[in-house]
Amino acid sequence: MPKFSDHLIKKIQEKITCYPEGKQKSALLPVLHMVQEENFLSPEVMDEVATLLSISNIEVYEVASFYSMFHLKPVGKYVLQVCQTGPCCLIGSDTILSILKKKLGIEIGQTTADGLFSLQAVECLAACGKGPVLQVGNRYVEQLTEEKIESLLSELRTAG
Amino acid sequence: MKILLAGLSEGVHSFSGYRKQGGYDAVEKMLKDMTPDSVIEEVKNAGIRGRGGAGFPTGMKWGFLDKKTNKPRYLICNADEGEPGTFKDRYLMEQIPHRLIEGMIVSSYALGVNTAYIYIRGEFKWIIDALEQAINEAKSAGFLGLNILNSGYNLSLYVHPGAGAYICGEETALIESLEGKRGNPRLKPPFPAVSGLWGCPTVVNNVETIAATPWIVLNGGSAYAALGVGKSTGTKLISACGHVAKPGVYEIEMGLPVEEFIYSQEYCGGIRNGNTLKAVIAGGSSVPILPAELILKTAEGKPRLMTYESLSEGGFQTGTMLGSGGFIVMDHTACIVRHTWTLARFYHHESCGQCSPCREGTGWMEKVLYRLEHGLGTSKDIDLLVDIAKNIEGNTICPLGDAAAWPVASAIRHFRQEFEDHVKNKNIHHLHHHENTLKDSHGH
Repeated sequence: MPKFSDHLIKKIQEKITCYPEGKQKSALLPVLHMVQEENFLSPEVMDEVATLLSISNIEVYEVASFYSMFHLKPVGKYVLQVCQTGPCCLIGSDTILSILKKKLGIEIGQTTADGLFSLQAVECLAACGKGPVLQVGNRYVEQLTEEKIESLLSELRTAG
Repeated sequence: MKILLAGLSEGVHSFSGYRKQGGYDAVEKMLKDMTPDSVIEEVKNAGIRGRGGAGFPTGMKWGFLDKKTNKPRYLICNADEGEPGTFKDRYLMEQIPHRLIEGMIVSSYALGVNTAYIYIRGEFKWIIDALEQAINEAKSAGFLGLNILNSGYNLSLYVHPGAGAYICGEETALIESLEGKRGNPRLKPPFPAVSGLWGCPTVVNNVETIAATPWIVLNGGSAYAALGVGKSTGTKLISACGHVAKPGVYEIEMGLPVEEFIYSQEYCGGIRNGNTLKAVIAGGSSVPILPAELILKTAEGKPRLMTYESLSEGGFQTGTMLGSGGFIVMDHTACIVRHTWTLARFYHHESCGQCSPCREGTGWMEKVLYRLEHGLGTSKDIDLLVDIAKNIEGNTICPLGDAAAWPVASAIRHFRQEFEDHVKNKNIHHLHHHENTLKDSHGH
């Protein structure tokens, strides 16, 4: 079994207190977000979450596989998620995806050989007024241009 | 007239900045002078309608809440903003997070709720942090927690993240999700007002709706109802995107002419690069697309206004809906077929898969639209799309089926020629897509 850090376990236990007694299953989504900051959601990780929330393993699997923010397979350190829905498409998201594919040398859904970047096309991020947009980690990068992509990639490469 | 975005400035983000502008005065007034029922009465008098898209009268929805049971009651704020073209709630929460917190206190008190949740899309991590900080500030100042302002009223407020599922904007799917499950909508009845979160009476309201309640408490429902036109009272946040010169979030008084909204410098500032207006999706991607002539004027030639009634005038033949206020504008360079294909792909991706017409139909429409857009379609495909859309509409337990069918059906209704051109001229997509470059979109 994977071992969660004491810090993570404490955060999970605090989160459970946001819901009435016996309704700890409600903490599942926030807990999966917290866990995913340290690991992708492998079956072993999900089993550990099930134990901590006193629910069955299948209850975690069925939820983790439903929501598009959860990674059930290993991904790159930085997952670049480019919005491709209508409003972003109107203002150039196709071009943004082409630029990223070329600069990273990968197709949508792939990860670079050094494990640093994954490229994904995602649906509406609610940033339509400042598109084209991509999400990486906890932030949005909006009004994308080739120059912005270039500086984002070099920033992330430097951070390593 | 600004209600939701009033006092927008640097400092208003913090508790002290918001307080200086009269923030939390509504909570003070309410706890001193008003009963929960009198707050509900003011909201009814205000005539405010659900701002998430459905436009159901909020006071009436509150009136349905089952107060006879001994079960706890819950309020959930729906901040799962994800309807393409809609980014108004996000803006409000980013700019004035305390306006939502104050609204949650006002609404919870009115409904007799002691525990409330803000269900927000998980991607908005920085807003989750800002709301949690605002909650802590309000708590330290005595506006949340036990015995608020010595009134004896208790309220705990929590932020709950979603995880990337548009369907969770549907209120029963949202409740399922908050219970730690897949976001599969529930069959209604029972409605959440009777059996919602953990089987308890629950109200789910949109961010914008809740954020308007402090103003209504302070100024009275009739002052709110005095704004706007007819049954479209008050103000509305409109998020404008696409090919306008100034995309962004604007608070308008209901009744503003659509033409003024698009062309006035105060709002969208016209079409980018002086281009020609081609089409508008006025209320988020689900509502019918209208060509320029029908969005500016009704079929009878009356100026179209930003109200629930005016936008829907003419029904689906020549009208549309105010919806969420997600206003997607397309100029002459836009390809309706391509845009419709991206929306079909969106709804296919977001269908929860419970109802066969939606699960199968959304994927089928996406495939057919892909064919048409990529020069592989036949003229039979156009009628096939109409037929699929017709067979999804009204045949699912939640509105996602309708939301997926309407954009396709309306695009063909108003732009059939463009679909036929895609069949006749296989290379048409190369002709217009290169026009829509980044240079264009950043040209203003």
